[in-house]
Amino acid sequence: MEIDADAPHSMGTTIIGVTYNGGVVLGADSRTSTGVYVANRASDKITQLTDNVYVCRSGSAADSQIVSDYVRYFLHQHTIQLGQPATVKVAANLVRLLAYNNKNMLQTGLIVGGWDKYEGGKIYGIPLGGTIIEQPFAIGGSGSSYLYGFFDQAWKEGMTKDEAEQLVVKAVSLAIARDGASGGVVRTVIINSEGVTRNFYPGDKLPLWYEELEPQFSLLDIPSSPGPEPMNI
Amino acid sequence: MNMVDSAQPFKTLLGPESDSQRTQYPYVTGTSVVGVKYKDGILMASDMGASYGSTLRYKSVERMKPIGKHSLLGASGEISDFQEILHYLDELILYDNMWDDGNSLGPKEVHSYLTRVMYNRRNKFNPFWNSLVLGGVKNGQKYLGTVSMIGVHFEDSHVATGFGNHLARPILREEWNENMSYEDGVKLLEKCMRVLLYRDRSAVNKIQIAKITEEGVTISRPYALKTFWEFNAFKNPTVGAEGSW
Repeated sequence: MEIDADAPHSMGTTIIGVTYNGGVVLGADSRTSTGVYVANRASDKITQLTDNVYVCRSGSAADSQIVSDYVRYFLHQHTIQLGQPATVKVAANLVRLLAYNNKNMLQTGLIVGGWDKYEGGKIYGIPLGGTIIEQPFAIGGSGSSYLYGFFDQAWKEGMTKDEAEQLVVKAVSLAIARDGASGGVVRTVIINSEGVTRNFYPGDKLPLWYEELEPQFSLLDIPSSPGPEPMNI
Repeated sequence: MNMVDSAQPFKTLLGPESDSQRTQYPYVTGTSVVGVKYKDGILMASDMGASYGSTLRYKSVERMKPIGKHSLLGASGEISDFQEILHYLDELILYDNMWDDGNSLGPKEVHSYLTRVMYNRRNKFNPFWNSLVLGGVKNGQKYLGTVSMIGVHFEDSHVATGFGNHLARPILREEWNENMSYEDGVKLLEKCMRVLLYRDRSAVNKIQIAKITEEGVTISRPYALKTFWEFNAFKNPTVGAEGSW
């Protein structure tokens, strides 16, 4: 099959942002594709804007990167001028301005999440078109289609930090199971008054779903045979 | 990678909709808004849904907002454009307040402003992709008008956007009258919203009803309508005609 090396890098993606009692948990898969080829199987789609605000990126890799670069730059200046950390609301509104004013050229959906001392943990969804919408939880990317029903059922207000992170990991993993454009590892970022924690859940640590099998070393099932390792080049 | 098609790469590099002729696509859209005049002022109703294509993506979006002291704006269509229009109106009202001259913009003036904004954007092939309903009361005078994305604007005793024009207005033509009480008006709007819920694919069952009178604006808490499904013809739709629907 012809690989179109010139196809735009698109992050098929599943991205999630969830508020809990004390902060937010952001989650994403790690697959970046050019057409059908997986250009990066371990991307980091949760990008820092400030110490206390992060953004989950979906859609065009280039568009989402440039938007977050600009917003990081503006927020840096804003923080200096303000003399204290920027609020999540300000960060989200800066993202919205770029997304809205360039709506004809950009193809990126973003979820801004963070913690500030005024409002606590907040999540803002900014879909295509540049609408800004504050939500208790947000889902985005191509994989999110498979999660509307899941969240309708599984979401509840006032979860603990661990419950929220487990929900995010389960959800991204379910989306990866069904969305060809999502895959790889699940990355989470937890933001609260105490700071920021990054977590990493490799593919083989995720739960198995319908029709998926437990990976084994070999058909020959020799327990002592080596697992997959980096090549010696 | 084709060496022959040198014209192609340039167009694809530019990305979607980036040439000088614009007119966007709507992405996140709200459906009908319905407004009626009643004895004390204006009543307006809309649901709280915002769709993303065929997905009912957001279900808690307020599509009616107070403007200044005397007006209420309801919008259907692209939500990001509605948010931008609200920014413009914030600025308009702010400047009006800064005159500090005892005057304030009434619904007629706000409607006129919106008409100019919408029509001028249409002339530049870069519309705000919305249909707006503007209602209000000032000095005892009730006002209810509408502006579309191409600048078509008019006033009437009852107005609606989108599907509301086809489903709600015929009901209003039959049952509306000038001297409706608040209760009559609410019941009538609920009847319209129920029909829209049955027949508009983009409707969600979470509505708000807003009232504007000389005293000011009240927007109700969100609530859901009861629906009726117990017709015999619904329970046994294919009796006597197996295979039909």
